[in-house]
Amino acid sequence: MERGSQPVLNVEDVSISFDMYGKGMERRKLEVVHKLSLRVHAGEIVAVVGASGSGKSLLAHAILGILPGNARMEGKLEFCGKALDEAAQKEHRGKEISFIPQSVEYLDPLMKVGRQVIGVGKRRERKQRMEKMRQVFARYHLDEATAELYPYQLSGGMARRVLISGAVMGQAKLIVADEPTPGLQEGLARETMENFRELAREGCGILLITHEVGLALQAADRIAVFYAGSVLEVAPVEDFSGQGEKLRHPYSKAFLQALPQNGFQAIEGHQPYAGSLPPGCLFADRCQSRMQACMGEVRMRSLRGGEVRCIYAE
Amino acid sequence: MDEEKSIFWNRRRQTACSIWAAVAYLAIGLLAGLLISPQWYQVDYHMVFAPPSFIHPFGTDYMGRDMFFRSLKGLSNSIMVGLASTAVSSVIALALGVAAAVKGGVVDRFVNWCVDLCMGIPHLILLLLISFMMGRGAKGVLAAVALTHWPELTRLVRAEVLQICSAQYVQASYRMGKSWLQVAWSHMVPQMLPVYLIGVVLLFPHAIMHEAAVTFLGFGFPAEVPAIGVVLSESMSYIATGKWWMAVFPGLLLLLAVLLLDVAGENLKRLVNPNSGNE
Amino acid sequence: MQNKGIGQVLEAKDVSFRYQKNSPWVLKGVNLTVGPGERVALVGPSGSGKSTLSRILAGYEKPCQGEVLWGGEPFEGSGYCPVQMVGQHPEQAVNPRWKMGKILTECWEPDEGLLQRMGIEQAWMGRWPIELSGGELQRFCILRVLGPGTKFLVCDEISAMLDAVTQAQVWQVVLEEARRRGMGIVAVTHNMALAKRVCSRIVELPKINGI
Repeated sequence: MERGSQPVLNVEDVSISFDMYGKGMERRKLEVVHKLSLRVHAGEIVAVVGASGSGKSLLAHAILGILPGNARMEGKLEFCGKALDEAAQKEHRGKEISFIPQSVEYLDPLMKVGRQVIGVGKRRERKQRMEKMRQVFARYHLDEATAELYPYQLSGGMARRVLISGAVMGQAKLIVADEPTPGLQEGLARETMENFRELAREGCGILLITHEVGLALQAADRIAVFYAGSVLEVAPVEDFSGQGEKLRHPYSKAFLQALPQNGFQAIEGHQPYAGSLPPGCLFADRCQSRMQACMGEVRMRSLRGGEVRCIYAE
Repeated sequence: MDEEKSIFWNRRRQTACSIWAAVAYLAIGLLAGLLISPQWYQVDYHMVFAPPSFIHPFGTDYMGRDMFFRSLKGLSNSIMVGLASTAVSSVIALALGVAAAVKGGVVDRFVNWCVDLCMGIPHLILLLLISFMMGRGAKGVLAAVALTHWPELTRLVRAEVLQICSAQYVQASYRMGKSWLQVAWSHMVPQMLPVYLIGVVLLFPHAIMHEAAVTFLGFGFPAEVPAIGVVLSESMSYIATGKWWMAVFPGLLLLLAVLLLDVAGENLKRLVNPNSGNE
Repeated sequence: MQNKGIGQVLEAKDVSFRYQKNSPWVLKGVNLTVGPGERVALVGPSGSGKSTLSRILAGYEKPCQGEVLWGGEPFEGSGYCPVQMVGQHPEQAVNPRWKMGKILTECWEPDEGLLQRMGIEQAWMGRWPIELSGGELQRFCILRVLGPGTKFLVCDEISAMLDAVTQAQVWQVVLEEARRRGMGIVAVTHNMALAKRVCSRIVELPKINGI
């Protein structure tokens, strides 16, 4: 999908590593996200799909600049064409870049949700934001009385809508949603996705991080397949159909065929552990058609309207 | 393996060093105190109020007693009181904490009530009360310090045991046919031990400080025993006349002991805590 | 009754449960019978008590009213439980201070063939739990409870956090093992496609729950 316009978010070769203690006194580096590249354009929903606990959330945290203290990031992050460094993150966070967290546990349990949605600011500013909140709440079918509730009083669906309200209070150009529908009933999940689609139609770029493949297939424009800390393929959602003939990477194909609604076929092997990533292609040890060249560096390249990190994909 | 053995001076080494420093300081203080003969800090009216010199590194006091040996002896007394009372307090805390967590119900409520009661009374006042009740002196200060330092550690132990008991792997272990003893030994003790030991290490400086405080206020060791508290309280009468060494050196000895232990304990705590353990 | 254990019926009889006195009921009058070797999927929205019911079925929790019967009798108090459970979060189900080898052999020693079928590598045995991915850990958690004493398996969202390929891998081994031993399964899931794929009967919990 070649677009003339500049992407809202450009992630290029980003690696995130942690310092960990091994046995005794030695420290070592554990690379959890490995040279990940991804772009989100205005008006589209890009879903990053992969197993939970595999480091996808770290990508969200890196974009927002809220990585834990022992994490280190390398690579390039750009927001609307400008480098997204610490200062820029601080400036845009909560305004042009919004975050929708996994659950209400991210809210302050002792503060009424209205005040949390409005946020801090000068009195006059707060008044304007109050007005804005009324509009936003009305849009998401939230009662005005909802603002007076505490987070624990919200039902699952209400909590979800409150979190989205918080994210669209500013003039968000990019919304990062981290597992926005964990354990949500199907109806509610669909409603959340419709809200996202509406935001995208208004020109927002949305990065959706999820492990629910079904959800991504329903909601996203493009899907990034996350494997062993990196993105192996970014493809338009239409390509994820049938037996995956249109997909580019062998893992994406295996992934699609393993879905219970498709073949439920498993391939051999397992994802490499973050501490022992192979050199070169991360999927090489499970790949039927690996070659010597796969052991060298494999870079992301454009192919048939998508992107793939594979040498022989065609 | 993508591993990079990093800088020599990381937190683990820092922790190890701080522990060794604290242990060495305590051991030297304790040993020195035991070896010092009372003759070394005899009354000598020819040498009253001598400022620090080669013969008397810490100076002498109003009776001409050598402050260096008196302070060392005092430090050793403080450490002994600290050791004894920490031992008693930690055993009380372990017993109460485990009982509260395992038995629950009435026992739990009772233990919590005791903890709240103890923590509700200002610590120093409680210390003074107990010491006074036990007839002051060495016995009084020992009982006071030993009986008032368990509440925080009790809470810690209780919380830890509660958490481990509800851990999935512990419950799974029971369902796989392991007995209570096997589970306690293989899962619970290894998990509890570091947290408990850190609690004990952090308790120690408190005990020493409080011993000195109670003695300073006249509710602890009698005046003839060389204790840091006694030495400091005596020095107060002369500090206005410029006899600074009588307060500064013994005070520094005490401060060093407390600081070293506290740093060692805090370092250990941060290492064991999974949230900051890898920083 | 010969061949005790294999081919028994697991039965929840009029089970009601709440976490504390006076708190609302999570389960009320639930009846569920799973026949010998039968595979039942338990579905329903989140918070509908699926996990609670599975914990009760596996004997982790005692029902406030009613009982769980295994072959017509309640569970024995101690010893290896013939009904074992695997949960959703393998990283919580293993002792972080133990190496994988010790975790796996806590109550029995699986043979080489089973290890291979499960896709567990010998090299992993010397690792700590944080050094394995969720999918790798989950294999250990499943194999750990597949001891010879296990006659029935309760799977609470065991693949919800795995990627699709690992999910298929893990279920293939579980299904194969269940078929080989005639082991019954209750699988909790919110994924209808998966429920249809792995189970012979689908039970919607809200329909049998009397709250």
